[in-house]
Amino acid sequence: MYAQMVDTGVKRVQGLDEMSAEERAFQERIDAGIKIEAKDWMPEGYRRTLIRQISQHAHSEIVGQLPEGNWVTRAPSLKRKAILLAKIQDEAGHGLYLYSAAETLGVTRDQVYADLLSGKVKYSSIFNYPTTNWADIGTVGWLVDGAAIMNQIPLCRCSYGPYSRAMVRVCKEESFHQRQGYDLVMTMARGTPEQKQMAQDALNRWWWPALMMFGPPDSDSVHSAQSMQWKIKILSNDELRQKFVDQTVPQAEYLGLTVPDPELKWNEDTGHYDFGEIDWEEFRQVVAGNGPCNRDRLRTRVKAWDDGAWFRDALLAHAEKKSERQVAAAKAA
Amino acid sequence: MKEWPLWEVFIRSQHGLAHKHVGSLHAPDAEMAINNARDVYTRRNEGLSIWVVPASEVSASSPADKEALFEPANNKIYRHPTFFPVPEEVKHM
Repeated sequence: MYAQMVDTGVKRVQGLDEMSAEERAFQERIDAGIKIEAKDWMPEGYRRTLIRQISQHAHSEIVGQLPEGNWVTRAPSLKRKAILLAKIQDEAGHGLYLYSAAETLGVTRDQVYADLLSGKVKYSSIFNYPTTNWADIGTVGWLVDGAAIMNQIPLCRCSYGPYSRAMVRVCKEESFHQRQGYDLVMTMARGTPEQKQMAQDALNRWWWPALMMFGPPDSDSVHSAQSMQWKIKILSNDELRQKFVDQTVPQAEYLGLTVPDPELKWNEDTGHYDFGEIDWEEFRQVVAGNGPCNRDRLRTRVKAWDDGAWFRDALLAHAEKKSERQVAAAKAA
Repeated sequence: MKEWPLWEVFIRSQHGLAHKHVGSLHAPDAEMAINNARDVYTRRNEGLSIWVVPASEVSASSPADKEALFEPANNKIYRHPTFFPVPEEVKHM
Protein backbone atom coordinates (compact mmCIF):
# COMPACT_ATOMS: atom_id res chain seq x y z
CA MET A 1 0.00 0.00 0.00
CA TYR A 2 1.90 3.16 0.96
CA ALA A 3 4.73 0.67 1.09
CA GLN A 4 4.13 -1.97 -1.58
CA MET A 5 5.99 -5.24 -2.00
CA VAL A 6 8.70 -4.63 0.58
CA ASP A 7 11.63 -7.01 0.13
CA THR A 8 12.75 -8.62 3.39
CA GLY A 9 15.85 -10.21 1.86
CA VAL A 10 14.92 -13.67 3.17
CA LYS A 11 14.34 -16.85 1.17
CA ARG A 12 12.36 -18.57 3.88
CA VAL A 13 11.01 -17.71 7.32
CA GLN A 14 12.99 -19.29 10.16
CA GLY A 15 11.37 -21.14 13.03
CA LEU A 16 12.32 -20.30 16.63
CA ASP A 17 14.45 -23.48 16.86
CA GLU A 18 16.62 -22.42 13.91
CA MET A 19 17.48 -19.02 15.37
CA SER A 20 20.53 -17.89 17.32
CA ALA A 21 19.94 -17.11 20.99
CA GLU A 22 19.85 -13.39 20.22
CA GLU A 23 17.38 -13.80 17.36
CA ARG A 24 15.17 -16.04 19.44
CA ALA A 25 15.07 -13.57 22.33
CA PHE A 26 14.22 -10.85 19.81
CA GLN A 27 11.41 -12.89 18.26
CA GLU A 28 9.99 -13.87 21.63
CA ARG A 29 9.89 -10.24 22.59
CA ILE A 30 7.92 -9.42 19.45
CA ASP A 31 5.60 -12.38 20.06
CA ALA A 32 4.97 -11.05 23.56
CA GLY A 33 3.92 -7.71 22.08
CA ILE A 34 6.87 -5.77 23.50
CA LYS A 35 8.04 -2.93 21.27
CA ILE A 36 11.52 -2.80 19.82
CA GLU A 37 13.22 0.54 20.36
CA ALA A 38 16.00 2.26 18.43
CA LYS A 39 18.87 1.24 20.68
CA ASP A 40 17.76 -2.38 21.17
CA TRP A 41 19.55 -5.21 19.40
CA MET A 42 17.76 -6.25 16.20
CA PRO A 43 18.57 -8.63 13.33
CA GLU A 44 20.07 -6.89 10.30
CA GLY A 45 17.18 -8.13 8.14
CA TYR A 46 14.63 -6.49 10.42
CA ARG A 47 16.55 -3.23 10.36
CA ARG A 48 17.00 -3.22 6.57
CA THR A 49 13.40 -4.20 5.87
CA LEU A 50 12.09 -1.49 8.17
CA ILE A 51 14.31 1.12 6.51
CA ARG A 52 12.88 0.05 3.13
CA GLN A 53 9.30 0.05 4.35
CA ILE A 54 9.41 3.30 6.31
CA SER A 55 11.31 5.19 3.62
CA GLN A 56 8.89 3.97 0.93
CA HIS A 57 6.07 5.11 3.17
CA ALA A 58 7.75 8.51 3.69
CA HIS A 59 8.38 8.96 -0.03
CA SER A 60 4.69 8.26 -0.68
CA GLU A 61 3.70 11.08 1.65
CA ILE A 62 6.04 13.48 -0.10
CA VAL A 63 5.18 12.51 -3.69
CA GLY A 64 1.52 12.33 -2.63
CA GLN A 65 1.53 16.10 -2.33
CA LEU A 66 1.96 16.50 -6.08
CA PRO A 67 -1.41 15.29 -7.43
CA GLU A 68 -3.14 17.57 -4.93
CA GLY A 69 -0.82 20.50 -5.47
CA ASN A 70 -2.15 20.52 -9.02
CA TRP A 71 -5.42 22.03 -7.75
CA VAL A 72 -4.33 24.56 -5.13
CA THR A 73 -4.56 27.53 -7.47
CA ARG A 74 -7.78 26.22 -9.02
CA ALA A 75 -9.81 25.35 -5.92
CA PRO A 76 -13.35 26.68 -6.43
CA SER A 77 -13.56 28.60 -3.12
CA LEU A 78 -11.27 30.07 -0.50
CA LYS A 79 -12.60 27.53 2.01
CA ARG A 80 -11.72 24.57 -0.18
CA LYS A 81 -8.34 26.08 -0.97
CA ALA A 82 -7.51 26.52 2.74
CA ILE A 83 -8.59 22.92 3.43
CA LEU A 84 -6.52 21.60 0.53
CA LEU A 85 -3.46 23.55 1.65
CA ALA A 86 -3.89 22.24 5.20
CA LYS A 87 -4.05 18.68 3.89
CA ILE A 88 -0.96 19.06 1.71
CA GLN A 89 0.87 20.61 4.66
CA ASP A 90 -0.06 17.56 6.75
CA GLU A 91 1.38 15.24 4.10
CA ALA A 92 4.73 17.01 4.33
CA GLY A 93 4.57 16.56 8.09
CA HIS A 94 3.78 12.86 7.72
CA GLY A 95 6.82 12.49 5.48
CA LEU A 96 8.90 14.16 8.16
CA TYR A 97 7.64 11.91 11.00
CA LEU A 98 8.43 8.88 8.87
CA TYR A 99 11.89 10.00 7.73
CA SER A 100 12.66 10.67 11.41
CA ALA A 101 11.51 7.15 12.32
CA ALA A 102 13.76 5.76 9.55
CA GLU A 103 16.69 7.80 10.88
CA THR A 104 16.48 6.02 14.25
CA LEU A 105 17.57 2.89 12.32
CA GLY A 106 20.95 4.33 11.36
CA VAL A 107 20.39 6.01 8.00
CA THR A 108 20.18 9.72 7.31
CA ARG A 109 17.26 11.45 5.68
CA ASP A 110 19.42 12.71 2.83
CA GLN A 111 20.56 9.14 2.13
CA VAL A 112 17.08 7.69 1.85
CA TYR A 113 15.85 10.73 -0.04
CA ALA A 114 18.64 10.28 -2.59
CA ASP A 115 17.27 6.78 -3.21
CA LEU A 116 13.88 8.25 -4.07
CA LEU A 117 15.39 10.79 -6.45
CA SER A 118 17.52 8.16 -8.21
CA GLY A 119 14.46 5.94 -8.65
CA LYS A 120 16.03 3.17 -6.57
CA VAL A 121 13.27 3.19 -3.96
CA LYS A 122 9.62 3.46 -5.00
CA TYR A 123 6.66 5.32 -3.61
CA SER A 124 3.06 4.11 -3.77
CA SER A 125 1.79 3.36 -7.28
CA ILE A 126 -1.31 5.48 -6.70
CA PHE A 127 0.52 8.79 -7.01
CA ASN A 128 1.39 8.10 -10.63
CA TYR A 129 -2.16 8.87 -11.69
CA PRO A 130 -3.21 12.39 -12.69
CA THR A 131 -5.85 14.56 -10.99
CA THR A 132 -7.78 15.81 -13.99
CA ASN A 133 -10.98 17.21 -12.49
CA TRP A 134 -11.81 18.98 -9.21
CA ALA A 135 -13.79 15.98 -7.95
CA ASP A 136 -10.51 14.03 -8.08
CA ILE A 137 -9.35 15.99 -5.04
CA GLY A 138 -12.34 14.78 -3.03
CA THR A 139 -12.00 11.27 -4.40
CA VAL A 140 -8.32 11.11 -3.48
CA GLY A 141 -9.14 12.08 0.10
CA TRP A 142 -12.03 9.65 0.28
CA LEU A 143 -10.43 6.61 -1.42
CA VAL A 144 -6.66 7.08 -1.27
CA ASP A 145 -6.52 8.42 2.27
CA GLY A 146 -9.25 5.95 3.19
CA ALA A 147 -7.07 3.09 1.94
CA ALA A 148 -4.06 4.60 3.72
CA ILE A 149 -5.94 4.66 7.03
CA MET A 150 -6.96 1.04 6.49
CA ASN A 151 -3.27 0.14 6.29
CA GLN A 152 -1.96 2.54 8.90
CA ILE A 153 -4.33 1.77 11.76
CA PRO A 154 -2.98 -1.77 12.21
CA LEU A 155 0.56 -0.35 11.87
CA CYS A 156 -0.02 1.67 15.05
CA ARG A 157 0.43 -1.75 16.70
CA CYS A 158 3.58 -2.69 14.78
CA SER A 159 6.64 -3.94 16.65
CA TYR A 160 8.94 -0.98 16.06
CA GLY A 161 8.30 1.78 18.62
CA PRO A 162 9.30 4.88 16.60
CA TYR A 163 7.28 3.68 13.57
CA SER A 164 4.22 2.81 15.64
CA ARG A 165 4.25 6.18 17.39
CA ALA A 166 4.59 7.98 14.06
CA MET A 167 1.59 6.00 12.81
CA VAL A 168 -0.53 7.05 15.78
CA ARG A 169 0.10 10.69 14.98
CA VAL A 170 -0.44 10.19 11.26
CA CYS A 171 -3.75 8.34 11.75
CA LYS A 172 -5.12 11.13 13.91
CA GLU A 173 -4.46 13.65 11.17
CA GLU A 174 -5.47 11.35 8.33
CA SER A 175 -9.05 11.22 9.55
CA PHE A 176 -9.44 14.88 8.53
CA HIS A 177 -8.12 14.01 5.07
CA GLN A 178 -10.64 11.31 4.43
CA ARG A 179 -13.57 13.28 5.76
CA GLN A 180 -12.81 16.44 3.81
CA GLY A 181 -12.58 14.25 0.70
CA TYR A 182 -15.92 12.61 1.31
CA ASP A 183 -17.46 15.99 2.11
CA LEU A 184 -16.17 17.38 -1.19
CA VAL A 185 -17.48 14.43 -3.21
CA MET A 186 -20.81 14.61 -1.39
CA THR A 187 -21.14 18.30 -2.27
CA MET A 188 -20.55 17.51 -5.93
CA ALA A 189 -22.77 14.44 -5.95
CA ARG A 190 -25.61 16.62 -4.64
CA GLY A 191 -24.83 19.44 -7.08
CA THR A 192 -25.79 19.94 -10.71
CA PRO A 193 -25.97 16.90 -13.01
CA GLU A 194 -22.63 18.02 -14.47
CA GLN A 195 -21.03 18.11 -11.01
CA LYS A 196 -22.41 14.70 -10.17
CA GLN A 197 -21.01 13.43 -13.46
CA MET A 198 -17.58 14.80 -12.50
CA ALA A 199 -17.78 12.92 -9.20
CA GLN A 200 -18.71 9.73 -11.05
CA ASP A 201 -15.90 10.24 -13.54
CA ALA A 202 -13.40 10.62 -10.68
CA LEU A 203 -14.66 7.46 -8.99
CA ASN A 204 -14.43 5.59 -12.30
CA ARG A 205 -10.78 6.51 -12.68
CA TRP A 206 -9.64 6.13 -9.02
CA TRP A 207 -11.47 2.99 -7.91
CA TRP A 208 -9.18 0.38 -9.42
CA PRO A 209 -5.89 2.18 -8.73
CA ALA A 210 -7.08 2.56 -5.10
CA LEU A 211 -7.60 -1.22 -4.86
CA MET A 212 -4.12 -1.74 -6.31
CA MET A 213 -2.63 0.32 -3.47
CA PHE A 214 -2.80 -2.74 -1.23
CA GLY A 215 -0.44 -4.58 -3.58
CA PRO A 216 -0.79 -7.98 -5.25
CA PRO A 217 -2.15 -10.97 -3.31
CA ASP A 218 0.60 -11.90 -0.87
CA SER A 219 -0.79 -14.86 1.04
CA ASP A 220 2.01 -17.10 -0.26
CA SER A 221 4.77 -14.50 -0.29
CA VAL A 222 7.83 -15.20 1.84
CA HIS A 223 8.40 -11.46 2.37
CA SER A 224 4.91 -10.99 3.65
CA ALA A 225 5.24 -13.99 5.99
CA GLN A 226 8.55 -12.65 7.32
CA SER A 227 7.16 -9.15 7.80
CA MET A 228 4.19 -10.60 9.66
CA GLN A 229 6.44 -12.65 11.91
CA TRP A 230 8.30 -9.44 12.69
CA LYS A 231 4.96 -7.65 13.18
CA ILE A 232 5.82 -4.86 10.79
CA LYS A 233 2.93 -6.02 8.64
CA ILE A 234 -0.22 -6.93 10.50
CA LEU A 235 -2.82 -7.90 7.89
CA SER A 236 -2.35 -9.40 4.42
CA ASN A 237 -2.88 -7.31 1.31
CA ASP A 238 -6.09 -9.15 0.43
CA GLU A 239 -7.52 -8.81 3.93
CA LEU A 240 -6.93 -5.06 3.87
CA ARG A 241 -8.36 -4.76 0.35
CA GLN A 242 -11.51 -6.65 1.35
CA LYS A 243 -12.00 -4.44 4.40
CA PHE A 244 -11.60 -1.40 2.20
CA VAL A 245 -14.17 -2.60 -0.35
CA ASP A 246 -16.65 -3.56 2.39
CA GLN A 247 -16.35 -0.15 3.97
CA THR A 248 -16.32 1.96 0.83
CA VAL A 249 -19.12 0.48 -1.30
CA PRO A 250 -21.91 1.64 1.06
CA GLN A 251 -20.32 5.09 1.12
CA ALA A 252 -20.50 5.24 -2.69
CA GLU A 253 -24.10 4.02 -2.63
CA TYR A 254 -25.04 6.72 -0.16
CA LEU A 255 -23.71 9.31 -2.61
CA GLY A 256 -25.69 7.76 -5.47
CA LEU A 257 -22.47 6.95 -7.31
CA THR A 258 -21.75 3.68 -9.07
CA VAL A 259 -18.59 1.70 -8.31
CA PRO A 260 -17.14 0.84 -11.74
CA ASP A 261 -17.13 -2.93 -11.27
CA PRO A 262 -19.94 -4.95 -12.89
CA GLU A 263 -18.96 -7.99 -10.82
CA LEU A 264 -19.31 -6.18 -7.50
CA LYS A 265 -21.94 -7.99 -5.43
CA TRP A 266 -22.83 -8.46 -1.77
CA ASN A 267 -22.20 -12.04 -0.74
CA GLU A 268 -24.67 -13.08 1.93
CA ASP A 269 -22.68 -16.22 2.82
CA THR A 270 -19.30 -14.60 3.41
CA GLY A 271 -20.65 -11.33 4.72
CA HIS A 272 -18.36 -9.50 2.30
CA TYR A 273 -18.56 -7.96 -1.14
CA ASP A 274 -17.31 -10.04 -4.05
CA PHE A 275 -15.49 -7.93 -6.58
CA GLY A 276 -13.95 -8.25 -10.03
CA GLU A 277 -10.41 -9.11 -11.07
CA ILE A 278 -7.81 -6.36 -10.71
CA ASP A 279 -5.69 -5.58 -13.77
CA TRP A 280 -2.33 -6.57 -12.29
CA GLU A 281 -0.58 -5.90 -15.58
CA GLU A 282 -1.50 -2.24 -15.19
CA PHE A 283 -0.12 -2.33 -11.63
CA ARG A 284 3.15 -3.88 -12.80
CA GLN A 285 3.49 -1.27 -15.51
CA VAL A 286 2.93 1.59 -13.07
CA VAL A 287 5.41 0.15 -10.55
CA ALA A 288 7.94 -0.37 -13.37
CA GLY A 289 7.79 3.37 -14.11
CA ASN A 290 5.31 3.38 -16.98
CA GLY A 291 2.24 4.87 -15.30
CA PRO A 292 0.67 8.06 -16.62
CA CYS A 293 2.73 10.40 -14.38
CA ASN A 294 5.83 8.50 -13.15
CA ARG A 295 8.37 10.54 -15.06
CA ASP A 296 6.66 13.81 -14.27
CA ARG A 297 6.47 13.06 -10.53
CA LEU A 298 10.14 12.17 -10.23
CA ARG A 299 11.22 15.07 -12.41
CA THR A 300 9.28 17.44 -10.16
CA ARG A 301 10.92 16.08 -7.00
CA VAL A 302 14.42 16.18 -8.52
CA LYS A 303 13.88 19.74 -9.69
CA ALA A 304 12.62 20.81 -6.25
CA TRP A 305 15.68 19.24 -4.63
CA ASP A 306 18.12 20.84 -7.10
CA ASP A 307 16.42 24.23 -7.06
CA GLY A 308 16.44 24.21 -3.25
CA ALA A 309 20.18 23.47 -2.95
CA TRP A 310 21.23 27.14 -2.70
CA PHE A 311 18.62 27.70 0.01
CA ARG A 312 19.71 24.75 2.14
CA ASP A 313 23.35 25.84 1.75
CA ALA A 314 22.53 29.45 2.60
CA LEU A 315 20.73 28.52 5.84
CA LEU A 316 23.64 26.36 6.91
CA ALA A 317 26.13 29.11 6.07
CA HIS A 318 24.04 31.59 8.06
CA ALA A 319 23.89 29.27 11.08
CA GLU A 320 27.65 28.76 10.95
CA LYS A 321 28.30 32.49 10.69
CA LYS A 322 26.01 33.15 13.66
CA SER A 323 27.69 30.57 15.84
CA GLU A 324 31.17 31.88 14.90
CA ARG A 325 30.07 35.37 15.92
CA GLN A 326 28.75 34.09 19.22
CA VAL A 327 32.04 32.37 19.92
CA ALA A 328 33.96 35.52 19.00
CA ALA A 329 31.69 37.66 21.19
CA ALA A 330 32.14 35.29 24.12
CA LYS A 331 35.95 35.50 23.71
CA ALA A 332 35.88 39.28 23.56
CA ALA A 333 33.75 39.56 26.68
CA MET B 1 34.12 25.48 43.19
CA LYS B 2 32.59 24.43 39.88
CA GLU B 3 28.91 23.48 40.00
CA TRP B 4 27.55 20.26 38.55
CA PRO B 5 25.55 20.93 35.38
CA LEU B 6 21.78 20.59 35.19
CA TRP B 7 20.20 17.70 33.22
CA GLU B 8 16.67 17.31 31.93
CA VAL B 9 15.27 13.82 32.52
CA PHE B 10 12.90 11.91 30.22
CA ILE B 11 11.35 8.58 31.17
CA ARG B 12 9.64 5.95 29.04
CA SER B 13 6.96 4.75 31.41
CA GLN B 14 5.63 1.83 29.35
CA HIS B 15 6.60 -0.25 26.35
CA GLY B 16 5.61 1.51 23.18
CA LEU B 17 5.22 4.99 24.67
CA ALA B 18 7.51 7.91 23.94
CA HIS B 19 9.87 9.29 26.59
CA LYS B 20 8.25 12.06 28.56
CA HIS B 21 9.86 14.89 30.48
CA VAL B 22 9.61 14.28 34.21
CA GLY B 23 11.98 16.83 35.75
CA SER B 24 15.64 17.71 36.14
CA LEU B 25 18.63 17.04 38.35
CA HIS B 26 22.32 17.88 38.78
CA ALA B 27 25.12 15.45 37.94
CA PRO B 28 28.78 15.72 36.89
CA ASP B 29 28.27 13.71 33.67
CA ALA B 30 25.66 11.82 31.63
CA GLU B 31 26.35 8.47 33.25
CA MET B 32 25.88 9.87 36.73
CA ALA B 33 22.82 11.75 35.55
CA ILE B 34 21.22 8.47 34.49
CA ASN B 35 22.14 6.86 37.82
CA ASN B 36 20.68 9.78 39.71
CA ALA B 37 17.56 9.82 37.55
CA ARG B 38 17.06 6.16 38.34
CA ASP B 39 17.18 7.01 42.05
CA VAL B 40 15.09 10.16 41.90
CA TYR B 41 12.48 9.46 39.26
CA THR B 42 11.91 5.69 39.08
CA ARG B 43 11.71 4.60 42.71
CA ARG B 44 8.17 3.31 42.21
CA ASN B 45 8.66 1.48 38.95
CA GLU B 46 7.79 4.49 36.84
CA GLY B 47 10.18 3.70 34.04
CA LEU B 48 11.60 1.32 31.46
CA SER B 49 14.11 3.66 29.91
CA ILE B 50 15.79 6.96 30.80
CA TRP B 51 17.07 9.78 28.61
CA VAL B 52 19.09 12.65 30.03
CA VAL B 53 19.88 15.82 28.10
CA PRO B 54 22.06 18.72 29.31
CA ALA B 55 19.61 21.49 30.20
CA SER B 56 21.90 23.97 28.44
CA GLU B 57 21.29 22.08 25.17
CA VAL B 58 17.53 22.63 25.25
CA SER B 59 16.36 25.46 23.03
CA ALA B 60 12.89 26.69 23.91
CA SER B 61 10.31 28.99 22.39
CA SER B 62 9.80 32.22 24.29
CA PRO B 63 6.59 32.53 26.35
CA ALA B 64 6.20 36.01 24.91
CA ASP B 65 5.84 34.47 21.43
CA LYS B 66 2.93 32.30 22.46
CA GLU B 67 0.34 34.22 20.52
CA ALA B 68 2.40 34.58 17.35
CA LEU B 69 3.24 30.90 17.37
CA PHE B 70 -0.02 29.25 18.31
CA GLU B 71 -2.84 31.67 17.67
CA PRO B 72 -2.85 31.07 13.88
CA ALA B 73 -4.01 27.48 14.48
CA ASN B 74 -7.13 28.67 16.31
CA ASN B 75 -9.07 29.77 13.26
CA LYS B 76 -8.15 26.72 11.18
CA ILE B 77 -10.88 24.55 12.58
CA TYR B 78 -11.09 22.63 9.31
CA ARG B 79 -7.91 20.81 10.35
CA HIS B 80 -10.10 18.77 12.70
CA PRO B 81 -12.08 15.86 11.29
CA THR B 82 -15.17 16.92 13.24
CA PHE B 83 -15.42 19.99 11.01
CA PHE B 84 -16.89 17.67 8.36
CA PRO B 85 -20.17 16.07 9.41
CA VAL B 86 -20.45 12.42 8.40
CA PRO B 87 -23.98 11.28 7.50
CA GLU B 88 -25.54 8.76 9.89
CA GLU B 89 -25.79 6.21 7.10
CA VAL B 90 -22.04 6.27 6.50
CA LYS B 91 -20.35 4.41 9.30
CA HIS B 92 -16.65 4.12 10.01
CA MET B 93 -15.06 7.27 8.80
